Formats: sequence, C-alpha cells, structure tokens
Amino acid sequence: MSTDTTARPADALREGDTPAQAPPSGAARRIGGLAGWVDDRTGAAKPVGYLMKKVFPDHWSFMLGEIAMYSMIICLLTGAFLTFWFIPSAGQTVYDGSFVPLRGVSMSEAYASTLNISFDIKGGLIIRQIHHWAALMFIVALVVHMFRVFFTGAFRKPREINWVIGSVLALLAIIEGFAGYSLPDDLLSGTGLRAMAGFVQTAPVIGSYLVFAIFGGPFPGEMIIPRLYSAHILLIPAILIGLFTAHIGLVFVQKHTQFPGPGRTNENVVGYPVMPVYAAKAGGFFFIVFGIIAMMAATVQINPVWAYGPYDPSPVTAGSQPDWYMGFADGALRLLPGWLEVTAFGFTLSLNIMPGALILLPAVYLLLGAYPFVERWVTGDTREHHLLQRPRNAPVRTGIGMAAITAYSVLLFASGNDIMAIKLGMSINDLTQFFRIGFFVLPPIMFWVTKRICLSLQRRDRDTVLHGRETGTIVRTPDGRFFERHETSTELTPEQWILVQHEPVAPIEIEPNVDENGVERKAHRKDRRRARWSRFYFADAVNPVTPAELAAAQHHGAEHEAIEPSASGGARSIESSSTGEAAAAAEVESGEPAGRH
Amino acid sequence: MNEQDTTHPGSEVAPPSEHGTAVRLDQGHVVGDGGLPERFTNPGLPAHVARMADLDESAARRAEKQVATLFGISILGTLAFIVCYFAISLETTIFVPGIGETSASNFALGVTMALGLLGIGFGAVHWAKTLMPDEEVVEERHPMRASDESRQQVVETLKEGGASSQITRRPMIKYTLGGALGLFALPLVLQVAGSLGPMPQKSNSKTFWNGGPSGPGQDPTFKPLRLMRDPENTPIKAEDVTIGSVFHVMPEGLLPDPVTGTGGTPNLLEEKAKAAVLLMRLDENIIKSQKQRDWGYDGIVAYSKICTHVGCPVGLYEQQTHHLLCPCHQSTFDVTQDAKVIFGPAKRALPQLQITVDGEGYLVSAAPFHEAVGPSFWERGR
Repeated sequence: MSTDTTARPADALREGDTPAQAPPSGAARRIGGLAGWVDDRTGAAKPVGYLMKKVFPDHWSFMLGEIAMYSMIICLLTGAFLTFWFIPSAGQTVYDGSFVPLRGVSMSEAYASTLNISFDIKGGLIIRQIHHWAALMFIVALVVHMFRVFFTGAFRKPREINWVIGSVLALLAIIEGFAGYSLPDDLLSGTGLRAMAGFVQTAPVIGSYLVFAIFGGPFPGEMIIPRLYSAHILLIPAILIGLFTAHIGLVFVQKHTQFPGPGRTNENVVGYPVMPVYAAKAGGFFFIVFGIIAMMAATVQINPVWAYGPYDPSPVTAGSQPDWYMGFADGALRLLPGWLEVTAFGFTLSLNIMPGALILLPAVYLLLGAYPFVERWVTGDTREHHLLQRPRNAPVRTGIGMAAITAYSVLLFASGNDIMAIKLGMSINDLTQFFRIGFFVLPPIMFWVTKRICLSLQRRDRDTVLHGRETGTIVRTPDGRFFERHETSTELTPEQWILVQHEPVAPIEIEPNVDENGVERKAHRKDRRRARWSRFYFADAVNPVTPAELAAAQHHGAEHEAIEPSASGGARSIESSSTGEAAAAAEVESGEPAGRH
Repeated sequence: MNEQDTTHPGSEVAPPSEHGTAVRLDQGHVVGDGGLPERFTNPGLPAHVARMADLDESAARRAEKQVATLFGISILGTLAFIVCYFAISLETTIFVPGIGETSASNFALGVTMALGLLGIGFGAVHWAKTLMPDEEVVEERHPMRASDESRQQVVETLKEGGASSQITRRPMIKYTLGGALGLFALPLVLQVAGSLGPMPQKSNSKTFWNGGPSGPGQDPTFKPLRLMRDPENTPIKAEDVTIGSVFHVMPEGLLPDPVTGTGGTPNLLEEKAKAAVLLMRLDENIIKSQKQRDWGYDGIVAYSKICTHVGCPVGLYEQQTHHLLCPCHQSTFDVTQDAKVIFGPAKRALPQLQITVDGEGYLVSAAPFHEAVGPSFWERGR
C-alpha cells in the first residue's frame, strides 16, 4: 500500500487524480436510482439516450403539425372530461335545469345533459368550449400543415407513406368532428344529421337500407346518438391515435426534413437536440397552444346550443351551416343543379346530390393521397429527398396546389352563399351562378397565375445572383441616362446559396419509337404520355445559375446578359456592367417576354 | 445517397445538354469546361453568433428574471383559477368590453386557466431562446433502405420458414387455410350489417297522412285527417287561413296534447319528419296549375314541408312572390306553379297534399300524398 499520508479518494488510481465528476446530489442520486431500477428491467437507457440527443431542425412552419398534435391532445383530454357528464341518449326527458327559457321543454337526454354541462356544472362550459375550439384548431392546423408539406415537396421519397397516413388522418379528423358536433342533438346539429340521412339515401340501390342501418330504423330514431357517441369517443379516436403514432414514429425514424441553407444538405439534419432546447421549445409550445385555446374559450362563444333549441324535424333555423371543415361538401351540394337527377325504369339516381355528398369527400382524399405517386411517375425520381423545396422552385406543383385550394375555397365560400347574400345585399341566385362558373374557371386561372409568379421569382433569384443586389442608388451618366447601381461580387456569397442550391430540371426526352431493327417499341405510347406530362411540369423550367454563368456575367461587363439559361430564345435581357467606374450600373430594358422552350 | 441511384430520365437532374454532364451535390463536383464546377458548392454552416446572454452575465440574469416572472404568472393564474372556482357562482354575469354580457364564471375560469398555461409556455420558450445553448448540432442521415444482406436474410428466413412448415409441399393445407382465413370474418360482418337496422320496406313512401303510423311494417288505411296547427294541435277552419298567412301543419292524432304532453303517436319525431306540411292561401287567379287548384280548397293549398333535396324543412315563405326557400341548400319552390323548383339543387316539386273541408268546416286531407315525400332514393318511383 502507499505510504502517502495525504488522503486519496477510493476511486483514484494514482496520486493527484481528481474525481471525474462532482458527487451527485442526493436528489439526483434518487432519480438516478429510480432510472437505474427501470433500466435494469427494461434497458431503456439506450433508446431514451438516443431520443434525447435527436436533432430537430427549426422553422416556424414546422410548428403547424405541432399545433395539430397539441390540439388533438387537448381534445382527448377535455373530451374525457365531457364524458363524465354527457348522456349519449336520444330518450326524451323534460328539462328542469337552470336555463330558464327551455324549462319544461321536452328534449333528448343528450341535449339536456349538454345544457347541464353549459349551465349547471361548474367549469363545464369552459371545458366544452375548449373542446370545440381545439377541434376547430386541430383541423385548421392539420390542413395548413398539409399545405406546408405539399408546397415544400416534403411528401417525396421516403415520406410517401407518411403523406398517405396524413391524408387518412385528415379525412378521419373531419368525420370525427362531424360525429362530435352532432352529439348535442340541438336543432342545428339535428338538421345536419337530417341532411346526412338525405345524402346517404341517394346511394344507388342500397340508399334507403343504408339510412335504416345507420339510424337503426326511420330517421331520426333513438339509435343515432349512442352510435355517434361510440364512433366519436371510441372507434375513430382509436384509429386516429394509432395512425397518429405511426405518423410521428415515421418522423422520428426518417428524421425531419429541413429547409436548404448553408451547411444543410440532403445527408444531414441541422438543428437543436431534444435535450434541452427542443424539449423546452416544443413542451412550452404545448402550453402556449393550450393557453391560447383556453383564452378563446373564455372570450369567444362557440356553438351556443341553448340558442338553437332541441332537435325537431319540422322547424329549422335560417343560415344553417356546418362547422367549417364540412363546408366544402355542403357548398358542392348548393352548387350542383337539380336537373342532374335522372329517373329511368322507376329508379332514381340523384346525380344532383351524390357527387357532393358521397363522392366528393373520398375523392378529395384519394387524389390527395395519390399525388406523390403521380409526381414520382412524372419525374421518374427514385432518390431520397430530405431537403425541402422552396415553392417557387417547383412552379407546376405549386400551381396545382393553388388550383386545388382555389377549387376547395370556391366550394367553401359557396356553403356560405346565403350569409353572403344577406350581408352583402346580393342576389343568392347570382352568387350561386358565380360560384358554379368559378368552380371551373378560377382554378385554371389560379394555376397559370401561380406558375407565372413562381417563374418570375426564379428569374429574380437568377438576376440577384448574376447582377447583384439593387442598391437603390441612381447614377446619371455623362450622356444623360439614368442607371441603378447594382452591388455585385464575383464570388457567391453564403446568403446567395439559397438562390442556387436547387437542382436543375428538364423534361424527359422521348426515346426513339423504333428499335435498331425497325420494330416499334411496345412502351412507346406510355412513354409519349409520360414525356407529355414531363413537358407540362418542366418545359419552361428556370434553372439555377451555374458557376460558369456567374463567371460569364462578371466577365463580360456591360454586354447583354441573359437571365434565362443560354438555351432560351428571346430571353428577357438585362444590360449590365461590371465593377467598372463610369458605367457601374445596369439598365433594365423592357425586353420581350421570356421565351418558352 | 442510395445504392439504387442511377441517373433516370426526367429525374431532377438535367440530362446531358448544353449544361454539360449532370452533376449532383452528393457526387462531388466535376470540373467542367473552363475549370469551373457544374454546381456551386455548399458554403457550410455559418459561424455561430453569440447572444447577449452568452457574453454578458447581467443579460443572462435579466433573462433569468424574465423567465421566472413568466413562471410566476403561471402560478398566480392557477391559484386564481382555484379561487374563482369557489368564489364565482354560475349565475353571475359580468360585462366585458368587446364581448358584452357574459358568464362571469366561464370568463374568469378560462382566463385564469389560460394564464396558468401561457405562463409556463412562454417561460419555457423564452428560457430556451435566451439561456439554453443555441449552437446548432449536425446529425448525419443514412439511407432508409436496409442493407442488401439484411433484405436477403429476410427473404431467406421467409423461404426457410415456408419450407420447414411444409406449406409449399402440402397444397391441401395451403388452400383450406386460405379459404378459412378468407371466410372467418364473415360472421362478424354479417352480424353487424344484418342487425344494424330493420328493412325500410315501403315506409319511405308512406306518411302519417296515409291514415296513421307509417313505420316499417305498418300499413295504415286511409281516412281523412284534420289538418292540425303545430304545435298547438288545434284544427284549422278554412276561413282562418287568410291570404299571405302560412300554417305549420301536422295530421290529426300525431301530436301530443301541448299542455299535458300526453297522447300523440309513439314514434313522434319519425312521423313528424315525414308528415310536416305547410298550408298557405293564394289568390286563386295566380295559381297556374289546374291540378293545384283542384287539390286545394278555395285557394288554400297544402304542400309537404320536407325538401325534396336532402330533407331539411322548407322553412322560409316569401309572401309577396309565394316562393318557398329551403335554408339548408337554397332550393327555391314557386307555390304559384305547383311548388316546382325554380332555383337550387332540388329536382322535384314539393308533393301536394289533397285537401277539402269536413262537415264542421275544418280542413281535412282528401287523400294521402301521391308520392314519397322528402329526398330521393333509388326505388322511390316503384
């Protein structure tokens, strides 16, 4: 043993060794002890440690999905509370609660218990209003999150599965919402159920049987409320949570996409680790979302069921409107003209109702879910994409998205045609006709406008790289011409990386129709179709500036420089000058419109 | 990137063209003509810029106080919620500017709860933004696909498993198993699909005006029924119906007594959903249809109130033009033209109820509806 007289810690091998770490505090030891106990039995330390170090990229638009997730959790929480007081029964009772105007009125137990939650349970109304606002917020956030994913191309390989899961979640969410707002059995929601029965009844052959199956007999019956309840609190939430878990699990496995930027590549994720930054930000954001929804529930009334009265199939309130997410289907029903209903051999086919009521909803989500596969077929691109695209760099996709949003919006606005007619003092017939025409005319216009804007923005990006930033300084030449001085540099600055980072694109070429022996190729027609679509997507693509183009632009000084890549014919030209002295300026000529390939 | 990566026609890589050979970021940079790369190089992560709180301890202390204040607001909000829960009665209302008269309890509980939540939320985010490390971390990605060996292994395991279970060699097992698995769910499907509801039979085409309850399996025989005011449940004399007035009508025997709530038909809402009728009086001269005049009485006409589109009650009557408008989808019916559709998504006119007066001068039905009321369905013409 050592003869050293000074004390040495037990774990120090040599003299002068210092303990590797300060001894943990009592509290930390206790936590460590508990964690150790769990780890001894589960081996959780490894995955938990991995998760805590996981990196998430930061961008405001990535919070949209978070808002949706948190709103859904708030719905689950408040929904569980509501089940303690809500009675899912259509059995009739006579109301004797504290809402005086309805005392003595015969109504369903569902409606009476909703009134009790609103007027006789302390804090019941705030929970009910939080539940409804969170549901609305959930679907808004989900839709905008979907827009973000669509317009940035985040659905591309390897995330197609998650896009499909997301589409199913979006569809389930609105069905869940419909089932939920139908539960109170007030006049408004009952009218919604009446319309739903009418929709289902138009299904060919089995329509009237289907209605009797759903309602357990003739409309309205007493079965629909308990059945909707089972769907709303059990069946659909179970599927929602299952799919949501898969959705978020895939985000973890595939790692989050990121926007392009200096240092951000397709092979890395740049951001903050879960512990502590992301946990604090995301965890804090949950409380912010919850707090904002609570504030809305405190200050903005939502769905005042007591004002509508109990459901009765013979009266109706003017201005009957579904919650916003069902609006587009309702709008479609308002626009479809009656003459579409046909009768033959005594059978009726209601083509004035079916397309809006039974076909539209699944069709919208089917098209949505199919889009990544369509685009992949057109581009033939089988690579993984983890870098997001700026919407301008995919002009045709952005145009398609905007056209779809326009069509959806026309239907959504059409579902408010009666409100608009009253508020704006317009004829409801004119409004309906306008929406009917608008549904077909506005989306193509929106497509074209969006695409042109995207192409212009891309040209502007090229211009910024090639000819520098506009300084706002106006220079007058000796012969009297005015120029604006552009700040130029021969090297690409890091800030300009975003303008050139995207990949150049071009339409696919058709391969020869006949092989070397003169035999026609079998896939010929399919190839031609694909080439046509590829031209539709990429024919007038504006590709990023290449180093050679930048060098040429800097080199040639005052000569005419094309913003377009050299291939373009009558490209808009910009007269520019290099860093020269007298003519350090660029003059933008009103050239011909950009040539198309 | 991926092993399966090859240059595909039409992939987001320019084909060999005036731009030279296609190059991707992940393939490094090929030196092209003039010694210039085909694409620009990623400049790499910018240098980290330190925040005030990183450099200046007093700024960090300020941030600490701000975070603590926010958490403190949360504590106060939560305590205030508890106080409000017990202190404010449900009947109390208060005037809040911008909202108006509102429930004091709801307002106070919501606002205090929101403060309790927002304090935590903003505090945590502020903490993360000012004091937690803001240097970005880089994590590498790897291709999603498993290695070829792993894939091969799965195939092998499946093959071996199949072979060792002998399923490939014993077709009888294979086919019967397929059949059994294909069929086993049928009892469950049949149970739920078969038992959800009864068959509608003819009940969609009948109403209480046929003489009584008209649910599935019920076959009422016609008898004239008085037109009763809804909800008063009193009969209507012809002279009570003045021009421009409109009555909500139910058949005699359907509604319970409005005072005692007793009597009436057992399936009240189901019968109401089909039997609701609107009664109006028009100047006989403006009625354009002879059938409409014949089926009415002295300009008094009765039409089904259930919209032929999807079944909402046609609730709005325009007295001047005699138009009926459905508030759900704006189908518009012209009562002077036998309630035919003049605008909107409905196809068929509202069915007319043939009426007359009985010995005491009360309006009664002369026949049931001649067609199914309400929305269309496949077999309605049968």
